[in-house]
Amino acid sequence: MANEVVDHGRRRFLTATTAVVGGIGIVSAAVPFIKSWEPSARAKAAGAPVTQSLAKIEAGQMLTVSWRSLPVFVLNRTKAQLATLPQVDSRLVDPKSDGASADQQPKYAQNEARSIKPEWLVVIGICTHLGCVPDFVPEIKPEPFDPEWKGGFYCPCHKSRYDLAGRVYAGVPAPKNLPVPPYHFIDDSTIQIGVDPKEAG
Amino acid sequence: MTKRQLLMKRYIFPVALAFSLIVGSVSVHASEEGGLPHAGTNVQDQASLQRGAKLFFNYCVGCHSLKYMRYERIASDLGLTEQDVMQNLNFTGAKFGETVVSHMPEESAAKWFGKAPPDLSLEVRAKGADWVYAYLNSFYLDPSRPVGWNNTVFPNASMPFPLWELQGLQTAEMKPAKAGEDPAVEKLVLSQPGKLTPVQFQQATRDLTAFLEYASEPAALQRHHYGIWVLLFLAFFTFLAAMLKKEYWKDVH
Amino acid sequence: MANVFTSIGDWVNERAPGMMPMYRAHMTEYYAPKNFNLWYYFGSLALLVLVNQIVTGIFLTMNYNPSAAGAFASVEYIMRDVEWGWLIRYMHSTGASLFFVVVFLHMFRGIMYGSYKKPRELVWLLGMLIFLVLMAEAFMGYVLPWGNMSFWGAKVIISLFGTIPYIGGDLVEWIMGDFLPADATLNRFFALHVIALPIVLLLLVVLHIAALHEVGSNNPDGVEIKKGPKGNRWDALKPTDGIPFHPYYTVKDLVGVGFFLLIAAFIIFFAPTFGGWFLEHDNFIPANNLATPSHIKPVWYFTPFYAIVRMIPSFLGSAVWGVIAMFGSIGVLFAMPWLDRGKVKSIRYRGTGFKVALGLFVLSFFMLGAVGAGITAEVIPVWFGDIDVTFWENLFGRVMTAIYFGFFAFLWAYTYFGWEKTKPVPERVTTHD
Repeated sequence: MANEVVDHGRRRFLTATTAVVGGIGIVSAAVPFIKSWEPSARAKAAGAPVTQSLAKIEAGQMLTVSWRSLPVFVLNRTKAQLATLPQVDSRLVDPKSDGASADQQPKYAQNEARSIKPEWLVVIGICTHLGCVPDFVPEIKPEPFDPEWKGGFYCPCHKSRYDLAGRVYAGVPAPKNLPVPPYHFIDDSTIQIGVDPKEAG
Repeated sequence: MTKRQLLMKRYIFPVALAFSLIVGSVSVHASEEGGLPHAGTNVQDQASLQRGAKLFFNYCVGCHSLKYMRYERIASDLGLTEQDVMQNLNFTGAKFGETVVSHMPEESAAKWFGKAPPDLSLEVRAKGADWVYAYLNSFYLDPSRPVGWNNTVFPNASMPFPLWELQGLQTAEMKPAKAGEDPAVEKLVLSQPGKLTPVQFQQATRDLTAFLEYASEPAALQRHHYGIWVLLFLAFFTFLAAMLKKEYWKDVH
Repeated sequence: MANVFTSIGDWVNERAPGMMPMYRAHMTEYYAPKNFNLWYYFGSLALLVLVNQIVTGIFLTMNYNPSAAGAFASVEYIMRDVEWGWLIRYMHSTGASLFFVVVFLHMFRGIMYGSYKKPRELVWLLGMLIFLVLMAEAFMGYVLPWGNMSFWGAKVIISLFGTIPYIGGDLVEWIMGDFLPADATLNRFFALHVIALPIVLLLLVVLHIAALHEVGSNNPDGVEIKKGPKGNRWDALKPTDGIPFHPYYTVKDLVGVGFFLLIAAFIIFFAPTFGGWFLEHDNFIPANNLATPSHIKPVWYFTPFYAIVRMIPSFLGSAVWGVIAMFGSIGVLFAMPWLDRGKVKSIRYRGTGFKVALGLFVLSFFMLGAVGAGITAEVIPVWFGDIDVTFWENLFGRVMTAIYFGFFAFLWAYTYFGWEKTKPVPERVTTHD
């Protein structure tokens, strides 16, 4: 018969040590499973930056480009369209994009025109209310939804309105200005959506 | 007799049996594969993989895709920059994150060669590195074939030989023909030298095979590394568990 | 801090008072014989592998595409593009093979120590059902990557059912949902493999363990501890030779788990295809109904049964006899409790005839595996030169099939007619101190 005295201290120590090491093992084993949810190489490739030539977009025209499965509006604003922007400031929620919409654009697009170059608006066409894609309504003439319409974007789902810089009007369901994605000019007539100018330079 | 002797006696037969079975099958496989030369590839040799990649993209991607490999992955695994890959390896015009797809149109290829050039992403996993290496070294001129080439490892293959500039021209010396049987190849000889010596060419095909071996299973580069740590950890854990067991089993008499 | 746990525990206990007694009944007050040896690790290891298959299986399903067009590519997607996908895949494929290693050893323990005898017949029957379901589960799982061996293995095995007279042809079409294994087949196998059979498996495992706990565990000496003296250092009313499952066998099984994981990890990280035995070379080629692999063979754990199918020739214009023999080779195991009329449970005290017969049975199982895997077909010309391979392979395989079934026939006669000369069985378990 071996010793009958139980060394509880030793048992507690060994149990605790084994439990801790075992716990480390289980947590380490869980890491690959959790990480398997990260975007796969295929998703990352599909989400890669998109290069778009601006050559064929005439003044007043808008092109919708797909980036990360999002519609990106690329609008070549005319002088007349740019002139409307200060005119509507008083009717907007956040005309300087430094209030409620402070996080909706990179620093280089935090200006009146919300863009790097004034004539080129690059904005994600997803309404900040519940996610519909707003219509492009560029004509400066009275509309049923706004007798003093100066051109912009109108969301058919719940009637939110944005100006020609994607800034949201007061009194509509949408709370924020349309988001501006990271983008930069590769040259005067080509943009790359998905990469900031700092990173690219 | 003691418990230990009893256990030994009981298990010696099945264990010896299983052992001889394993040894037997391994030796059989070794001698079976004895027909194929040993490729001697080493996927852990990054320089070899880089050379192999260069060969693949210069000589093979014209016809063969690696549709499960991405350029971006090849860059990071082989220690190459995006610029290296996009300028020196990417001849298919794909984006960096996209897969390696040959521009050879499948239907036309089937018409020209008799069979569309297969995708090579898993070729080494399916056939073995030794087979691929042997295949690359066993092409010979054969005017009777539509593409003008034949191969002793894969007789009547529909593939022309893109590496002839490097190896030179191999021809077959035939065995004396037996009545009623097709002529058989005795051996291959290098009738015209190429840009590389035979030893250099074997190294080149070894590199190319190594690259294809990597392409068959890119994870092979990482799993050895993680495996060591996992085994060390598990050995440590088992040791602790054994100590814990021993302590508690002092209670059991 | 500990107070929080005790008060939650009390709260639960007040509302579900049966839970603590259940824990005690199955863990801390389940008295198992104290003489468990190496052979007793495999039950808990089987449970561990089952959990592994379920967890890795769930994560594979998140990225797998169950269509004939997309399945193969989705497996390569998991292997290359999904972060750590390769590890999850290898854990699943290695687990599948190790499941059978563990289960075969677990079953062998049962045969050696007579664990199928009264009062444990039900435990054995449930276990045999688990084995059958596991074989179906593994077969369907192997089809899912839709490689060339997946396709051709499916074709061959399903066509075995075509040998059944009258209904065979329709049955095969019904199983496949098409005229050959196709998208329909893959989709239904996916559903069965991912959810239907796992639920059945889990249920059977619960019943298997519950049935065992009702009667108590056997042990290497085959001595019923419940019939022996009462009173041990933990409970005056429980068998003297019993020890609480928890903590003694939980802590011992933990060591078993450690060793097992070491072996599994070695395979996963250093030899995941295991020389083509766990992941076959031909399955890295996409399914092609026009190109049969040169050697169609099932995965290693089915090879003995596949050999039996091939060894029974056609009679009276039907090949169904081989199929009957194959199912019979598993069915005869169900009948063990009634074939074996011996009163002595453990091989330690059984007659020499039993030991020899069991040894030959094991030999025949391995040899049949070699036949089914095509090893004999390769080896015969190498060892014996230019002889009629088919003839000699058939002769060898049939002899081995006869030995396999002969074990059961012998066991019945040996015990029924009283030819067995057993040794005296001890009163108490013989411990390994």
